[in-house]
Amino acid sequence: MQEVTTEKKEFTPNIVAFCCNWCSYAGADLAGSSRLTYPANVKIIRVPCSCRVNPTFVLKAFQQGADGVILCGCHPGDCHYVTGNYYTRRRMALLYSFLNYMGIEKERTRVEWVSAAEGARFSAVMNDFVAQVTALGENKRLTDLRVKEGE
Amino acid sequence: MKDVELKMLERAKALLESGEVARVIGWKKGDFCHDPSPASFESVEELDSFVYDYFCGANLSKYLIQMSKKEGKTAVFLKPCDSYSFNQLVKEHRIKRENVYVIAVECLGKLDIEKIKAKGVSFVTGVEVQDKEVKVTTPYGEEVLSKPDVVLTKCATCNKTHQVKDEEIILHERPERDVNRFEEVEKLEAMTEDERFAYWRAQLSKCIRCNACRNVCPACSCVKCVFDNPASGIAAKANDDKFEEQLFHIIRAFHVAGRCTDCGECSRVCPQNIPLHLLNRKFIKDIDGLYGEYQAGETDEGKTPLTSYTEGDAEPNDVFKGEAK
Repeated sequence: MQEVTTEKKEFTPNIVAFCCNWCSYAGADLAGSSRLTYPANVKIIRVPCSCRVNPTFVLKAFQQGADGVILCGCHPGDCHYVTGNYYTRRRMALLYSFLNYMGIEKERTRVEWVSAAEGARFSAVMNDFVAQVTALGENKRLTDLRVKEGE
Repeated sequence: MKDVELKMLERAKALLESGEVARVIGWKKGDFCHDPSPASFESVEELDSFVYDYFCGANLSKYLIQMSKKEGKTAVFLKPCDSYSFNQLVKEHRIKRENVYVIAVECLGKLDIEKIKAKGVSFVTGVEVQDKEVKVTTPYGEEVLSKPDVVLTKCATCNKTHQVKDEEIILHERPERDVNRFEEVEKLEAMTEDERFAYWRAQLSKCIRCNACRNVCPACSCVKCVFDNPASGIAAKANDDKFEEQLFHIIRAFHVAGRCTDCGECSRVCPQNIPLHLLNRKFIKDIDGLYGEYQAGETDEGKTPLTSYTEGDAEPNDVFKGEAK
């Protein structure tokens, strides 16, 4: 006979990671080919440059049910397009601070610089971020309720 | 204020008569004493309905985007706070500067009829302002109110001075005031995340998406707005508690970040009285704190904080943890 469990299903967060094509995406690749693990619930979206990430992307990700959004790009000064990530840095600093001002938990958003050679760092960052968001629980504040209704 | 109005009228007449300008943008009398509306006057006869009083709070600079592209010069009356928006629009190449004749006018703080009504005074037929007192006339007699209580929210913390190289100025001396426009932002920042979320949720769920804040905003002047896309799924037109309102207001505030001159029109026109200026002021406060004091519209050239950078900028992770300051 099947045992009836009263335990809740373990929460696994949905993480969206925007990774720049030139550094962080290659870093993720290196993490994979080096057999370093990072949680499978990190969904990577490749962007040409971290600067391509529009604030709407971040909000849409949350709307569609992401529990955390992390943005990865080349280290400042190493941008493939020379200055892209400098603009990203200002934009995201303002956006994340603003989201926190609106009452969104600051642990749900993060910016990390990961180079193509930093496979180990990529894996460490993702593990850390997933653990942080798991501890925080589900994103209820920025999700569009209708997205979750169907589940 | 009456003497200023007469001077303005005189100048408008002279300019139209001499043919130096083809039209004058100013304020037109409304149905009541408290609802003048922005208007374009193209002949001396039309100036009969011209008015400038304590209810002329509207920012006229945005009209110049269209008007400055018309044939002939356009004269415009700009209050101190409007002049920042004007500069910003010139900087963004939205206004043809050479087609505009600017006349700077004094402001001294405009009144908010809603606040007067909230004091229990209705059927207002006239106001007289003396220093810090507002004498309101109604059919039921006179009432004296304290001016700081009934000025527009945007005027309460205004310390702006004229920033345009004006063709001419009709202005009285205005004392510098010691005001902190970030006081309310700081109050919100001091709250916990839960309190802040509850506050904004309560405020933004009042939004009916009338788009008045967008339409009045001098910084929101894109020819094609991201929110006009019917496929975006963000066109609800009812009081809503859903994500859309938050998305709309977050994106709108972000789009004007670094360009918002804090003219406060968004809060003035909001029919639901959402304190929208607090969203913009958060960005202004962050920009001031992180990238150096910056007032959009102070000049009509140069770069904005979000279109420039320095190598030593603060890291986003430190910033929103509050460690960078």
